[in-house]
Amino acid sequence: MKVLLRNPRREVEMSGPVRVLRLLEQLGLNRESHLVIRNGTLIPGDELIGDGDTVEIRPVISGGS
Amino acid sequence: MKCRVCKEPAIIDLPRHNANFCADHFHELCRRQVTKAIKDHEMFSPTDRILIAVSGGKDSLAVWDLLIELGYQADGLYIALGIGEYSHESQVYTEAFAAERGLNLRIISLRDDYGYDVPTAAWTTRRVPCSACGLSKRHLFDSAALEGGYDVVVTGHNLDDEAAVLFGNALRWDIEYLARQMPVLPGRDGFPKKAKPLIRLTERETAAWCLTRGIDYLVEECPMAVGNKHLGYKAALNAIEAESPGTKASFYLGFLERMAPLLAAQSVASQGDLQRCESCNAPTTGSVCAFCRLVDTASAHEAVSVEIVARPGRGRRKR
Repeated sequence: MKVLLRNPRREVEMSGPVRVLRLLEQLGLNRESHLVIRNGTLIPGDELIGDGDTVEIRPVISGGS
Repeated sequence: MKCRVCKEPAIIDLPRHNANFCADHFHELCRRQVTKAIKDHEMFSPTDRILIAVSGGKDSLAVWDLLIELGYQADGLYIALGIGEYSHESQVYTEAFAAERGLNLRIISLRDDYGYDVPTAAWTTRRVPCSACGLSKRHLFDSAALEGGYDVVVTGHNLDDEAAVLFGNALRWDIEYLARQMPVLPGRDGFPKKAKPLIRLTERETAAWCLTRGIDYLVEECPMAVGNKHLGYKAALNAIEAESPGTKASFYLGFLERMAPLLAAQSVASQGDLQRCESCNAPTTGSVCAFCRLVDTASAHEAVSVEIVARPGRGRRKR
């Protein structure tokens, strides 16, 4: 599957099928600071992502105070 | 996963609520949390004129959208900070949001209207960029609100922002800052009232609000904020939250409920005497306010690029 990451914007290839929470774990990302989006739709932690899917992992943390 | 309310497929899981929600019921939760914050802290009423400090990021666009949806009268003010492509893109998102909804948006440009930008201000005054940026924004939002006759300035600070600031203040036991960290600051001595209606929503929730409401916002991080302490505090709190969901909410909301009342007297004592700035008439502790001093210094210098100021180890910063 293709995974689009941000800050900096890049694309990585991961093997599926895999559940959202497991994918975040494999990438070392905290679920509290990211959303996972497939075809423009938000998907929850137990959703299964297939090998042919493209997903965006969007960070949600802003730096200003 | 199924929505806790309607049992339809969920689009988001919220461990701190031990629940999952479909889009409609997630929106309902967000509206309820914002309504509760407004009511609990007496932020404003439907007849008040609200000025939203809008940046083109998820939080300010989410709070603007939520307040309009809840029936409030809210105009936007965007400040073009001159942080290269980041500022250009954030203005495009802000203008599109306002235009699509027919909302009033005022734009102030630091470069065009005051002769400087944030990178140049940070470089010439040796402030960290977030400090030069915050000083400029606070002054301009305050003065625009007063000039425009607004009842309150609203910002998009969310639960993560407030928990991170609280964490930093507690690590230093900065009593004065702790006492001032309230979701509503009453108007006084030339300062407008300020309110933070998103204090009961996390960043993940405000981002999800935008995504599920079709709001395009600037996802990329400000290049000048990279590596700042605030981000480090957020990462530390999110590491705890992952192990113990609900920690951020109990930390910040518990502070408001149980600790803030004990600090109220300190807050009044630390306000100090204010006079009027000789240059712009804004309230200040000296003869000329910090904003006018910053404008004087930064506008006299040629423009400094984002890359120079954002470069690690540049060695010109002071706190």
